[in-house]
Amino acid sequence: MSTRTTENADGAEQARTPDPAAGPGPKGLGPAGWGRWVWRTLTSMRTALILLFMLALGAIPGSILPQNVVSVDEVATYVRENPELSVWLDRFHLFDVFSSPWYAAIYLLLFVSLAGCVIPRALVHARAVRARPVATPRNLGRMPYVARFGTGASPETVLERSRSVLKGYRVERYGDSVSAETGYLREAGNVLFHFSLLALLLALAAGSFFGYRGNMLLVEGDGFANTLPSYDAIYPGHWTDTDAFEPFTIHLDSFEASFIDDGDLRGQAESYVAELSYKESPESEEEQHTLEVNHPLSVDGVQVYLLGHGYAPQFEVRNADGDLVFDQAVPFLHRETMTYTSDGVVKVPDTGGEELGFVGVFLPTAAEDSEGELVSTFPGAENPMVTLEAYQGDMGMVDPQSVYQLRTEGMESLGESPVMAVGDTWELPDEAGSITFTGYKEYATLQSNRDGARLPALGAATAAVAGLLLTLFVRPRRVWVRATRGEDGTTRVELAGLGKTEVAGDNAEFHEITKRLAGRLRSESDDNPHTTSDPRESTTRGSDR
Amino acid sequence: MTYTLAGPVDETMASASDTLIIAMIVTYAAALFLFAIEAAYGRRTRLRAGRLMPVGAGSVEGADDDIEVSVRTDEGEAQASQSVLGRIALGVTALGFVFGLAQIITRGLAAGRWPWGNMFEFVVAMCLVAVGALLYASWRYQARFLGAFVLVPVLLLLGIGVRWLYVDPGPLIPALQSYWVPIHVSAVIIAGGAFMVSGAAGITYLVAHRAEARRALGEKVVGIAGRLPSPELLDRISHRFILFAFPLWTFGVIAGSVWADEAWGRFWGWDPKEVWSFISWVIYAAYLHARATGGWRGPKATWINVIGFLTVMFNFFAVNYMFSGLHSYA
Ligand code: HEM
Repeated sequence: MSTRTTENADGAEQARTPDPAAGPGPKGLGPAGWGRWVWRTLTSMRTALILLFMLALGAIPGSILPQNVVSVDEVATYVRENPELSVWLDRFHLFDVFSSPWYAAIYLLLFVSLAGCVIPRALVHARAVRARPVATPRNLGRMPYVARFGTGASPETVLERSRSVLKGYRVERYGDSVSAETGYLREAGNVLFHFSLLALLLALAAGSFFGYRGNMLLVEGDGFANTLPSYDAIYPGHWTDTDAFEPFTIHLDSFEASFIDDGDLRGQAESYVAELSYKESPESEEEQHTLEVNHPLSVDGVQVYLLGHGYAPQFEVRNADGDLVFDQAVPFLHRETMTYTSDGVVKVPDTGGEELGFVGVFLPTAAEDSEGELVSTFPGAENPMVTLEAYQGDMGMVDPQSVYQLRTEGMESLGESPVMAVGDTWELPDEAGSITFTGYKEYATLQSNRDGARLPALGAATAAVAGLLLTLFVRPRRVWVRATRGEDGTTRVELAGLGKTEVAGDNAEFHEITKRLAGRLRSESDDNPHTTSDPRESTTRGSDR
Repeated sequence: MTYTLAGPVDETMASASDTLIIAMIVTYAAALFLFAIEAAYGRRTRLRAGRLMPVGAGSVEGADDDIEVSVRTDEGEAQASQSVLGRIALGVTALGFVFGLAQIITRGLAAGRWPWGNMFEFVVAMCLVAVGALLYASWRYQARFLGAFVLVPVLLLLGIGVRWLYVDPGPLIPALQSYWVPIHVSAVIIAGGAFMVSGAAGITYLVAHRAEARRALGEKVVGIAGRLPSPELLDRISHRFILFAFPLWTFGVIAGSVWADEAWGRFWGWDPKEVWSFISWVIYAAYLHARATGGWRGPKATWINVIGFLTVMFNFFAVNYMFSGLHSYA
């Protein structure tokens, strides 16, 4: 613990300050000795310091490499691009740094160290708070600040006045002196801060073990029921009961995004608004909520947030006989947010004949760039166009597969479509049928999150800040005043001060106290005609505090 | 789907704000020049005893003849290189500060919103805080000798801001349209500015510490390095600003996670920005521990402080440009 060098012998602090890091390992001690040595080393400040460094260092790969907690898709992309390296990275859990065993080892050690450090400290402090200020040392001359002066007032008066000058101090009389102490809250704040960190860790752990988080995509007009299979991706905790999710339902009535239309910032998103209707349970009343970026929906203890949005172009597909075999809006994923050029796949398994599949690109605001290529120049749908590539054959739908990917191994390309505007129809080659681009809808991606630890975690964090402020700004310090009658009948006053922090500031304050005490005694003796003391006023300038 | 024009930007205010920032940079450059001359050629002057200045043995100011004081300290009294130029430099800096304040206000008026919504505005605001902290330290701790050391990073950052980060005033991206901007972002900016001053004081400390060590070997140290105040004093000032900034940073991170909870559905998601603000927090906690650990007080602890500021800067620049994350305002 505290291996700080303070000039004084602070009994309480020394007693609980075995400095293990300084000493060598145990020599010829039994297992108990080793155990004690390990424990002391673990709970030493130096170890805490090293563990703190490791905590910071270990977090760095978590920011450089894509992480599964942040985006599973980014990890998948990275793995696809660096297949060999990824095997090694994965072996060291570098795509899951913050839930990896080695990172857990660091913070668990840190927190064991913390508990081992703070619990004894809390006990010592609990005793110190109830104890009287320590007895006045015999020789005050060894203290960092000592002032001496003489006065005509009696020792009794001096000690009485000292009490009133030492405002905010706990004062105790010991014979010819008083001993005063203040700043107990620093230690209390330190204990509170470190305990709050422990509580925060526990709250975070509980939240992740019992909560869940899931993503879903809703096209305008679609609904969602909160059950495990309805999610596109779901991350339950280890002990989450996935059969008993809150039974709410959500319907996306409409979605609107707006973008800045001109100037430097053209294409920057300005707002997203999703209008929802929802029911807390199948029996309850339907309610409305406007979901915006900083305005989530809270339903039955679950928070629902707007994560993103995109376009779902609508298509009608007819088979060779002209029968309508497909009529749907298909969500496309955007490549980047400044243009919303989006990719998607249309799968038509039931055509009556061979399966049809299309790989498409959606351009919300299509225009030709300087090289004559068709690109999107704006995220809003000002001039929506689609280009498609058609495939015929077997899509391999027996296996589970992503809705955003088409397996073309068993298929044969039918060629590329012309650029299609809303309403255009492409007659497929080989009499395979036709596809019409009938319009587009927007979709919103939502995230639901149940984390029972949100409020406890916030409480612990707030308590940590409070504790921190106390431990950083309260200055524990002690003052002693001794008054003895001299041979000439005047009283010798000796005032000593000892601060545990910030020697300079404390000395300035101790001197303030001395001057106040001297000033008060002097002005009293001025009122008293029997003494002949110098009536000069004490100066109080000279400190820039 | 709706579209709007690029916000009702007030052009007069926008151009006033752009002029002010140039004026501010020129003013700071002038102040830096004056501070540097003071540091190199001023006369070594004793500083008054005070909040952070040691009370030298038997030298308590305001002590009257009746009171005999003895102070045990192994630290010499605080001295710094001073001249009238320094006082002028301080005035010039204050003028630049006023320009900076006016720049931020006019920019806020131009865009019709809180004036910290993108990288450029963050940098400018953080520098304003750093200069404010310098002025405060000069007034309260007589720490004018930090002037040159603080103004160098300030000018560097402002230069980078104007040259590479500048964007015209305009509206905010949706994620930043929240009352959390004034709370979270202000806390982080103010803490960042204070960390900058602390880091500058820390580097000054390292220079002074080296100079002292060389002097102890009998070498003569010339130039600014030889005329700095005692390392202990610099260390105390540096520590002082951490005491202010660290809780504020802690609060800023907490406020940020409350905001993230509201905006993105989770209060902590290990997004690169979050990872790096956590790293900075841990490093500064390590700094505070190091100061309380035997054998770490002094240059080692100060290096931790400097590394802490580097992580803050890294978070600021690199994370916005190098990593993709939810926190992209670049
Ligand atoms: C999660 C990790 C930790 C954090 C963020 C943390 C943070 C802090 C902070 C901010 C302070 C205030 C420093 C000051 O008073 O100037 C402090 C003080 C202290 N911490 Fe920790 N701490 C952590 C872990 C530990 C551990 C593991 C130990 C025990 C080995 C420990 C022991 C202490 C002690 C003894 C002090 C008082 C130092 C003094 O008297 O100045 N801390 N801690």
